[in-house]
Amino acid sequence: MSSGPTTALLRTEARLFVREPGAWFWILVFPTALLCVLGLVPSFREPSPDLGGARVLDLYVPVCVLFAVLVAGVQTMPTVLATYRERGIVRRLRTTPLSPASLLLAQAVVHAALVVVSVVLVLTVGWLGYGSPLPAQPLGYLLALLLAVAAMTGVGALVTAFSRTTKIAAAVGSVVLFPMMFTSGVWLPVAAMPEGLQRVVLLSPLGAAARALTDATAGDVPALVDLAVMAGWALVLGAAAVRWFRWE
Amino acid sequence: MTTPEPLVEVIDLRKSYGAVRAVDGVSMTVDRGEIHGVLGPNGAGKTTTVESIAGLRTPDSGTVRVAGTDPAADRARTTRLVGVQLQEARLQPKIRVGEALTLWSALYPDPVPWRELAARLRLDGLLDRRFDDLSGGQRQRLSIALALVGRPELVVLDELTTGLDPQARRETWSLVRETRDRGTTVLLVTHSMEEAQQLCDRVTVIAGGRDCATGTPAELVGGADAATVTSFVPSGPLSLDEVAALPGVATVRAEGDRVVVGGSEDLALELVGWLEGRGVVPRRLRVAEGSLDDAYLTLVSDPAATTEEATR
Repeated sequence: MSSGPTTALLRTEARLFVREPGAWFWILVFPTALLCVLGLVPSFREPSPDLGGARVLDLYVPVCVLFAVLVAGVQTMPTVLATYRERGIVRRLRTTPLSPASLLLAQAVVHAALVVVSVVLVLTVGWLGYGSPLPAQPLGYLLALLLAVAAMTGVGALVTAFSRTTKIAAAVGSVVLFPMMFTSGVWLPVAAMPEGLQRVVLLSPLGAAARALTDATAGDVPALVDLAVMAGWALVLGAAAVRWFRWE
Repeated sequence: MTTPEPLVEVIDLRKSYGAVRAVDGVSMTVDRGEIHGVLGPNGAGKTTTVESIAGLRTPDSGTVRVAGTDPAADRARTTRLVGVQLQEARLQPKIRVGEALTLWSALYPDPVPWRELAARLRLDGLLDRRFDDLSGGQRQRLSIALALVGRPELVVLDELTTGLDPQARRETWSLVRETRDRGTTVLLVTHSMEEAQQLCDRVTVIAGGRDCATGTPAELVGGADAATVTSFVPSGPLSLDEVAALPGVATVRAEGDRVVVGGSEDLALELVGWLEGRGVVPRRLRVAEGSLDDAYLTLVSDPAATTEEATR
């Protein structure tokens, strides 16, 4: 198939997404706003002896980044896809030369693009506003980020697969959202967790992502085990979504 | 004169969903350039039949061909041959009419210029309107436009006017006629008798998962032995079973105190004579031309008994 129809769909979906401020606020604005609010706490800006001299604020930079990834994959995208399925848009598109997978692709691209913008925004504000270091290992950082996006897209697709209606998808998304926020370190950064808890959290996709992003920021190549955990989740969830996802 | 090959050919189509037999042996043909109605009660298998023609369903058995193409096997060609307006399918809530038309034209290799199409379907004043702000009739006009934009040979319209007010219905009908007059074959799914009678060149009646008759609306009315409908209020007791046994009577039913008899052309005279012999006076006697409604009711009430086709 030529790229024409897919590009046209992508353009339309991007335009429609702009009209949903309720969706892109949480991906684009909230993570940076969260970082700014945390930066207002003076003790967070001081090196902490408990954390081996690191600042709490610096630990929260990857958390804010992962928040954007999480909301996009688990909350926003499943809701959009469930709406499209419920309204018969997917069925309608199946009667055109466009493949229904293009719709999933277009949504993934739109969300991924917004996540990338949000990440750049968080890093820039953290760097300029609070002197948080930029990733010293950019390639490793990007790789970890992509794997986190892939794993969250898998979670989102699975949420959509098991939710008959848009309302159920939104509700299931919220239920999944909170434990995942915890593992990403929103309440307690992964690096600051007690060792036993940390070991378990590092087996979750966002726990592994948080450590990989922190490592890449410090200039280290992310640990292979963290990358493998994320890739493993992405593969398993992706396969499950392919198995159970229905277009109608 | 040889008849040209039909555009759509369905032979002995069968499709089950789990234990439910949705379609259980439907055969039908759609000729080029006609508005062909698929008529039947809800759950009769109409939608499954047209979805198989549109390539959305893979039949369990039987043959479906659209211009020689098997829709289940060649999706790419089918999507260019067949434009579809689906029952209750909506678009993205905030998409504008102009955006939907632009997107849909980008999906096809040789689209109709969409502004021309929009003007034809009287959408040109609505291009900036969002889908969720459109009225039912406007949505259906957009839906027809999207079904036509790829220059299909066949356009499938499923329950097109359900839920529209009478004026919007009539407007939509004239657009469907115009579509046919421009050379696109129309396959129209409906459960409205009036719509079928007003709009269709030929009708296939589907009931219980089978096709039970095909013909022009007039042929169906004549062929169902209910060419006339005679009704009256009997002055005394009357056995409906005895009336039903009279020659030429197809249907008998009571509507309040009125007896309604459907049957052959000259039934009314015979009936009056017969009643006179029994001392019953047919009060408030009315004789009307049989409608597709009556023909349809006879057809779908006993699909097994009426498998002969009214055409050819």
